[in-house]
Amino acid sequence: MDILINALDQMLAPATAAFAIAAIGLNFHFGLTGLLNMGQAGFMLLGMYGYAISIREGLPMWAGILVAIGVAMVFGLLLGWPTLKLRGDYLAIVTIAAAEIVRYVGRSNSLIDITGGSLGIKGNDYKDPLESLSPFPDERITIGPLTYHGSASDSWWLRVVAWTLVAALLVIFWRLSNSPWGRVLKGIREDEDAVRALGKSVYWYKMQALIIGGVIGALGGIIWAHGSAVVADSMGRPTTFWIWTILLMGGAATVFGPVLGSVLFWSALSLVRAVSKAFIPESILPSTAIEPFGLMLVGTALILIVVFRPQGILGNKRELAFHA
Amino acid sequence: MPDTTVFADVAHEPGVAKPDPILVADGVVRRFGGLTAVDVSHFEVQRHTITALIGPNGAGKSTFFNLLTGFDQAQEGAGTFDGTALRRMPPHKVARAGMVRTFQLTKALEGMSVMENMRLGAQHQPGESLLTAFAPPMWKKREAEVTERAEDLLQRFKLYEKRDESAGVLSGGQRKLLEMARALMASPTMVMLDEPMAGVNPALTESLLEHIVELKDEGMTVLFVEHDMHMVRRISDWVAVMAQGSIIAEGPASTVMQNPAVQDAYLGEHHDTDLSEDQS
Repeated sequence: MDILINALDQMLAPATAAFAIAAIGLNFHFGLTGLLNMGQAGFMLLGMYGYAISIREGLPMWAGILVAIGVAMVFGLLLGWPTLKLRGDYLAIVTIAAAEIVRYVGRSNSLIDITGGSLGIKGNDYKDPLESLSPFPDERITIGPLTYHGSASDSWWLRVVAWTLVAALLVIFWRLSNSPWGRVLKGIREDEDAVRALGKSVYWYKMQALIIGGVIGALGGIIWAHGSAVVADSMGRPTTFWIWTILLMGGAATVFGPVLGSVLFWSALSLVRAVSKAFIPESILPSTAIEPFGLMLVGTALILIVVFRPQGILGNKRELAFHA
Repeated sequence: MPDTTVFADVAHEPGVAKPDPILVADGVVRRFGGLTAVDVSHFEVQRHTITALIGPNGAGKSTFFNLLTGFDQAQEGAGTFDGTALRRMPPHKVARAGMVRTFQLTKALEGMSVMENMRLGAQHQPGESLLTAFAPPMWKKREAEVTERAEDLLQRFKLYEKRDESAGVLSGGQRKLLEMARALMASPTMVMLDEPMAGVNPALTESLLEHIVELKDEGMTVLFVEHDMHMVRRISDWVAVMAQGSIIAEGPASTVMQNPAVQDAYLGEHHDTDLSEDQS
């Protein structure tokens, strides 16, 4: 029973929402446009820094959000400008490198006064404005099997904010992907030259998609920062690959794929962790190996999905699938 | 059927001036390293006609096509389309100016439905801009017009029954038809067809030919690259022959193939074969 409650807890966690948001951003990149952004964690980290540093320096919360959005836009422009005219793989190479650069710069000791170096920025420095907006009482509240604080850090309030944002972004994704704008992006995903020949500026559309998906990634970063803290190393390459796993598992180019993927990914990870802790003896699987073991299973699951259900759980095989 | 009256006073020689050219190429040179792929000193396409561009493999036809449509940039020289200079113009602006092309390897957008393929061809859809996309009332009206025109074209190209199916299920010939119909959605003044017959089964050839002739009847200008001499003879009003990057001959289909330079370049050692037979 505890195992299931833990899984439920993980499903609703702010981190799950943060990854769902980042995957919605990636869905604009890959699902709609076919862009191989391998640096979504970089967008998240920049959003976190932009937001947390602004608030620490005394700006109001809305300004912090605007700064996060602005930084992600500039990052998208910088990455897209040299690469979007080239073949798709160049964007992949540049984004993975750029995201690592952001992380390394963020954790470097020379910037310790600004980014906090490898220790990062403490929650107290930036969490207050959002938490003070909470309508919930300042105490622990139990609803069903779940108990969280009303407003502080890992709270009911943060869960409400995070999942409301997820819902709003789903509406935006649905609206845009079913508009003529989304149609142009899907055309680009299928064949750029065909779309060029029909009078659309492919470069400009790809730039818009890259920026909008990156900005959404930055918003995911803000949610993540509220759930834990701003630490550069939590936004490394594995984070980007988890976001990819989530998107591909749920189904790229679908509206609900990113959310389903994120919920499944995190609850499965929690289940594997709990089950292996309960049933596999310490002598076979030491507790330090449980975390890597869980990720190993997730990796295996991703391979199985790509082999047996290349369009993801919700995806349409005709529209977008992994080709062998 | 070929209509050569407009060419009555035009000499049968390469680079000759036409009475009312819609497309003019001047001194267009494209080199790939040491290889000069295209070196066309002068070439004009007469408005409201069907002009064929033929030549042996590797003559530079497709490269020349890409240069004219903005998909490749010439090192020297430039074209003019309907009074607009084409130099350094990106492909989407060429298309907006009214010159829309198709591709030798058909580019049906397979992940999208036939209808969405068609709608994508439409111009002036405000919903294609990010901000207005959020507000359907600002683009629904145009979408309805676009859909209506798409349905008309699909009926004409006998694809109407397939409108809601994924373009990936169409046969090779149907994809060619879809690509042509989609190009027409952009309301072009000139249609550039790159090997419209490549990979089309013979049953569809006839209807494709009719569709191309219809384009002219509707006032469009057609320039096409083709290997199939049958087709060239049947529908082209004027033929330009390319070899080794240059235009080496021009004239009506009936006479241009008699030109010794063309026979040398185009057919090489096969002078004796009957040109009216399909080479394949």
